[in-house]
Amino acid sequence: MTFRILTAQIKPKKGDYRHNLCKIGDVISQAASMESPPDVIVFPETVLSGYFLEGGVREVAKTREELFKDIERVYLDATPGETGKLDLITGFYELDDGKYYNSAMYLSLGKGKTGENQSGIVHVHRKFFLPTYGVFDEKRFVARGRTIRTFETRFGRVAVLICEDVWHSITASIAALKGAQIIYILSASPGREFSGEQVGNIAKWAKLLPAIAEEHSVFVVYSGLVGFEGGKGFTGSSCIIDPWGKTIAIGPAMDECLVVADIDLDDVAIVRAGSPLLTDLEANVGDLAMEMDFIARGPHRI
Amino acid sequence: MSEISQWKWTSSQEALIEFEITIVENCHMSIYPVISAPPFDPECEQNLQLNAALVADWLVAFLKDEIRRRRGFEKAVVGLSGGVDSSLTAFLCTLALGKENVYGIRMPYRTSSSESLEHAQLVADTLGISCRTIEITDAVEGYLKYEPDANSRRRGNVMARERMIILFDQSERLSALPVGTGNKTERLFGYFTWHADDSPPVNPLGDLFKTQVWQLSRHLGVPEVIVNKPASADLIVGQTDEGDFGISYPKADRILFYLLRGYSPDRLIRMGFNESEVQLVKRKVDTTHWKRHMPTTAMLSVTSINDYYLRPVDY
Repeated sequence: MTFRILTAQIKPKKGDYRHNLCKIGDVISQAASMESPPDVIVFPETVLSGYFLEGGVREVAKTREELFKDIERVYLDATPGETGKLDLITGFYELDDGKYYNSAMYLSLGKGKTGENQSGIVHVHRKFFLPTYGVFDEKRFVARGRTIRTFETRFGRVAVLICEDVWHSITASIAALKGAQIIYILSASPGREFSGEQVGNIAKWAKLLPAIAEEHSVFVVYSGLVGFEGGKGFTGSSCIIDPWGKTIAIGPAMDECLVVADIDLDDVAIVRAGSPLLTDLEANVGDLAMEMDFIARGPHRI
Repeated sequence: MSEISQWKWTSSQEALIEFEITIVENCHMSIYPVISAPPFDPECEQNLQLNAALVADWLVAFLKDEIRRRRGFEKAVVGLSGGVDSSLTAFLCTLALGKENVYGIRMPYRTSSSESLEHAQLVADTLGISCRTIEITDAVEGYLKYEPDANSRRRGNVMARERMIILFDQSERLSALPVGTGNKTERLFGYFTWHADDSPPVNPLGDLFKTQVWQLSRHLGVPEVIVNKPASADLIVGQTDEGDFGISYPKADRILFYLLRGYSPDRLIRMGFNESEVQLVKRKVDTTHWKRHMPTTAMLSVTSINDYYLRPVDY
């Protein structure tokens, strides 16, 4: 199955949900006018508000239903009269049951042949690993997610993870073991360390993302925020990586852009046939689970 | 009988590695080549090396974003002292905003060195930015005449604060944002007048050590005569930063690099750094935390600003 993915690397306006919603509409509108429009659009982490909000999280957080309704409206405004479909993933600060989360929503948008509404929320992932060190302070302002789920979409079984989630290789392993063929990664990664050829965190992602794709033979789609927030600049570099670990399209570090690639999900099976590492991992999950259980019980220094 | 061959080669890290291979005939004993990591060199500058081109692009993008997009200004005003920090800041502002949008202001006191003035003019001429000279002598002495016993430290503080009065007033007059010039080394040493040099709302160099300011300046073509001269606050005749500190910038920066990463002074001394220099640097940082903060406010409520009520500067 071949389809087209677009990752939209944009600069949100800090704390301005309405403005950022409009920017999402602009991207949908530009995408719809493309000669062959994308099937999936991926926006970065916290794109509806900006990332570093501190206590401002409570002022911009939305429930998943509110966000879904707003994006659906923006989608309908941006694609008048069309009957196509669009899957969309976006980061946002979520309010649910009296708690705030750093979340990513996968939603499916579209109208049937007679114009009937076929839109809905497919999945919401809540950031599992909340960075709270150095420049980061997430645990102070949001609660953490408790699950790493995969889910069916029009384009295969997928997982959505957020930023530090994938700095721990185990999350991508869990997603792959649960059947993900595409891992969508949303990020807001502030640039730091300027001694090497690339900005330090870009170099880190450039090692990390192809390694995930290659280890599990999955597609990796990475959407990175750009722009400065109070002197801290996000490093974009949104990319799409095939299951061989090859980066097939990548955006620049600083500028807004739309990164587009066609991917063929059949590649996953082709790569796995030649390099069945995931099958090997699956076979050993029982023993690994016992090791994890042992570690979780405490005496992990043994 | 043994045959000895000598090899020399250079690894990708430029570490020269020498070893011998000894082949002893009719014997199973052999000596294997030993490949060691290069020893630590306290003089090594590698940790402070910048990718200057990358940093320049980043800081230009930062200035455009902070000045134009976020604060809605088109123009910047920079106090040109003739030193490397303000020169580099003017270069970066010119790249970010265009030469017609950068105003250099020279603010000499009667004892300021003429070289400072010439170098400030050289920067303005090199960049093609406007440069105005506003003497602070009358303003400073208008106050100091009531304080004839003021020592050089107090006099220096009055000059620095007077310069900020002018810079902010010119900012208002020109609708141009004042851009700060303080570097990381002087910020860490507290080598500035509080709420004077550090008061402009935007600072592109604040996370660059002085030796990194030099690297970036050379990359962007700040005149060599400015980059190579001894840094000086020029508040007292003949003053130099390094004379005031008691340590050179390269030595201080190498120690600061490790101290800020969390290395203990003991470890730095074991690594080969000079003990008294490590202690001097550590003391300067430890006694000046207050200068890098806003005033201390007595907390009384659970909505105390910046303690409980937390909003980022750009929110």
